[in-house]
Amino acid sequence: MSYRRPIPATWWLKRRPYTMFMVRELSSLAVGGYSFFLLYLAWKLGQGPEPYAAAIGVLTSPVSIVLHLVGLALALYHTTSWFNVTPKIIIVRLGDEPLPEPVIAGAHYAAWIAASAVVAWIILGI
Amino acid sequence: MAQTMQLEIFRYRPEQENEPTFQTYEVPFDEEWVVLDAINYIKDEIDGTLSYRWSCRMGVCGSCGMMVNGVPKLSCSAFLRDYYPGTIRVEPLDGFPVERDLVFEMEGFVNKLTSVSPWIVRKEGEKKPLEEGPYKQSPGELSDYKHYSMCINCMLCYAACPVFALDNDFLGPAAIALGQRYNMDSRDQGRDQRQEVIAAHKGIWKCTFVGECSAVCPKDVDPAGAIQRAKVSSTADYFLELLMPWNKSR
Repeated sequence: MSYRRPIPATWWLKRRPYTMFMVRELSSLAVGGYSFFLLYLAWKLGQGPEPYAAAIGVLTSPVSIVLHLVGLALALYHTTSWFNVTPKIIIVRLGDEPLPEPVIAGAHYAAWIAASAVVAWIILGI
Repeated sequence: MAQTMQLEIFRYRPEQENEPTFQTYEVPFDEEWVVLDAINYIKDEIDGTLSYRWSCRMGVCGSCGMMVNGVPKLSCSAFLRDYYPGTIRVEPLDGFPVERDLVFEMEGFVNKLTSVSPWIVRKEGEKKPLEEGPYKQSPGELSDYKHYSMCINCMLCYAACPVFALDNDFLGPAAIALGQRYNMDSRDQGRDQRQEVIAAHKGIWKCTFVGECSAVCPKDVDPAGAIQRAKVSSTADYFLELLMPWNKSR
């Protein structure tokens, strides 16, 4: 009669890689949630300047700033953890040799920086 | 007095206990010893009733995988000196049903390996007669799958996989990597046949990409990469079939 070891609900706290995996998975909720929040702001904007200004006013509260910082940290972790595993999925072969892993991940970071620069240019008009 | 080290070893003797226990043994500490040496010492000198699997002692056979302080390791490659002076906790590989002490059931694993048709499959009418010689392959084509072929079936990747622990029916890292090893082989034509198992509900789509299977692999097989690449090509299949339902030749 073989024995099946029970799996505690806290299995993901046993080792750091499992904990970081759970953080990565949960960070998608923050990323998804923030997308809905941006839609909400767009909806407020559609209602006119005053409702929009009121919604923006709420954003300056300390609670909102803390939430934004936590959201930013989770979004950054989400992005970098996925970029770092892209070389496992994308294999680009030039001749017999595949491109080195840092090139694949680096291309994602470069595209990210370029896209951020374009967004910054549009918003800030620099 | 000579230095010693303590090992806490998982014991399960179904004829005398319903629940496993831990038994502590004191063994001489030797800089050159690995965990397997210490366990062999216990078996030979202290307690002959301890059961475990091992064979080659040099990281080739894949028999001696154990949880060493909670991490799946080949016990022949885990040096005592890396844990000294602490205590080493040794358990059977996580996720598998335990038969006795450190010995676990591996029948499910072996069945999964055979389920992916791990041999070169040729389509009917495209088999080369023996007298025409072997199917040729370039070094580049070989490098497509070579690292997947280095697997020694040690099952550390299964022990590292929380998805497998929660659902033993998951096809799992090594079996999928083995399927990919043949899918990526330029001489093989059996991908469609393997897709039935690999792209099934209990196959690649169960994987949540924890990535620990590749981290613990002693042979750098990278099963996590194999699974994600299989997901990409299966997704491509799906869209190709959606866009071009008349095209049956993949």
